[in-house]
Amino acid sequence: MSNNKVIEVEGLTKMFGDFIAVNAITFNVEKGEIFGFLGANGAGKTTAMKMLIGISNPTSGAANVAGFDVFTNAEDIKKNIGYMSQKFALYDDLTVKENITFFGGIYGLSRKKIKEKSTILIEELGLQNVSNQLVGSLPLGWKQKIAFSVALLHNPKIVFLDEPTGGVDPITRRQFWEMIYKAANQGTTIFVTTHYMDEAEYCDRVSIMVNGKIEALNTPKKLKEQFKAKSMNDVFLKLARG
Amino acid sequence: MKRFIGFIKKEFYHIFRDKRSLFILFGMPIAQILLFGFAITNEINNVDIAVLDHSKDATTKEIINKISASKYFSIDQFIEKESDIKSVFKKGKVKAVLNFEKDFSKNLIKENHSNIQVITDATDPNTANTISNYVNAILQNYLREQNKNSTSAYQITPQSRMVFNPELKSVYMFVPGVMTIILMLVSAMMTSISITREKELGTMEILLVSPLKPLQVIIGKVFPYIFLSIINAVVIIILSLFIFKMPVQGSLFLLGLESVLFIITSLALGILISTISATQQTAMMISLMGLMLPVILLSGFIFPVTSMPLPLQIISNIIPAKWFIIIIKAIMLKGVGLQYIWKETLILLGMTVFFIGLSVKKYKIRLE
Repeated sequence: MSNNKVIEVEGLTKMFGDFIAVNAITFNVEKGEIFGFLGANGAGKTTAMKMLIGISNPTSGAANVAGFDVFTNAEDIKKNIGYMSQKFALYDDLTVKENITFFGGIYGLSRKKIKEKSTILIEELGLQNVSNQLVGSLPLGWKQKIAFSVALLHNPKIVFLDEPTGGVDPITRRQFWEMIYKAANQGTTIFVTTHYMDEAEYCDRVSIMVNGKIEALNTPKKLKEQFKAKSMNDVFLKLARG
Repeated sequence: MKRFIGFIKKEFYHIFRDKRSLFILFGMPIAQILLFGFAITNEINNVDIAVLDHSKDATTKEIINKISASKYFSIDQFIEKESDIKSVFKKGKVKAVLNFEKDFSKNLIKENHSNIQVITDATDPNTANTISNYVNAILQNYLREQNKNSTSAYQITPQSRMVFNPELKSVYMFVPGVMTIILMLVSAMMTSISITREKELGTMEILLVSPLKPLQVIIGKVFPYIFLSIINAVVIIILSLFIFKMPVQGSLFLLGLESVLFIITSLALGILISTISATQQTAMMISLMGLMLPVILLSGFIFPVTSMPLPLQIISNIIPAKWFIIIIKAIMLKGVGLQYIWKETLILLGMTVFFIGLSVKKYKIRLE
């Protein structure tokens, strides 16, 4: 089992001056798992995630992502992960195709590979008619789906999604989660933060952060049993209110 | 390298699809150079003047003819009494009044002395000053001609010669200044805006999470602007060569090298600004207030540094544009080589290294 762990975190801490943003968190994520990373605003989710994706140096602790150490091999981590942030992350003034080509390019895919991939991607998402339109003219839901596909372009081992479905209608969210399941079935590990508690139910395992600490970590079902709650929403409220 | 080319391609898409930046990049330089070259000028031409001639004799006639024959003045009207002077100025068209005293020629012959009053409208002090100087010069000239025949006693005749800009064309002064402003604007403001834009949109985060190194991202962002700034410099030099007939006395190659150096200085400043500002608006305000104003006011572009109060003179030394203006004026007008401007070049180089160092440091702190 242990060599199946793609994220191993041990006592990871981040301090800004005297303020402890992330307080000695410890957890593991297995290959192909959909791992929900929950917490209220300001609980430290984003800071924790930034350390895992190699753009913020931890103060102390240890973390290993996709087989590389966050302290010494952040650059290797970057090659093996995909990332999609809460802010929309494609270029509005580039067309769908140009966006795909650009992101494929910075991940070092060959021109031939980019062409193959973008044809498949455009077909799968049914974007044939709009592939030469500027992304800015597309509805938000479409953009999110394209952004997710682009994050998967270089076949990363892990995809980090930072509140990917913010502001999207329920139907598109549903379709988005179908895409997440499909990627997970193909062996990609999904690390997702979200505000929507119904989405937390879709995850294999869920961790809940409160004030920089992980207060709960288990499958949604077991968490509900543990906190004697009907839904993940109740679990979250019980924890967050302390 | 392939990643880098893809990145640059993307930057050019951004630039060419944004009408605003296209205008700043290409409309502005041309508009500025034409404005400064044609409209904003220290020279005077066809200034309307009025004449109040109390003597109306041969000498005053001659002087009036001489003045109206020059291309600087045209006589708008003759007035008859002192009280008209005020009303004539109030109407605003006439900028100067020549007031000849009574018995002008008689006095001149009898007492070797007669008076003419030159009254100028000093609501615009610079013009007033210039007008009065020009009138003086014409009068001196007239006197000299008259005295040629007579064997009067001692006479000192100054023969001034203006070197490097014999016709005193103001465009010679503006072209180096405008070039400096444009290069600064395009390089510093546009890069700082384009970097902060990625921060604002959240795409900077995506770029930092990608295998691209931060340094590659920054170089990729500034490279297109180096290219575009060089094009701008070339356009400005061509415009000034062919439209304003402003010569480039020195080596074009040296001028090019120095321009590239200044472009890099400005880019470093732009990167620095982008590290300290979170939004495009802030970046733009800092660029305009923090860079443009000092360039216009303190660099010696419009107001000579030597006539500033000492504290401002000292401050002007830390403005890169001051050194660049000295350098390009020397190359374009005096035609000097590197041996005369190596000091200024070295200062500019030092500043560039300093700014690059500072912004790399700031950038790293931000990544933390």
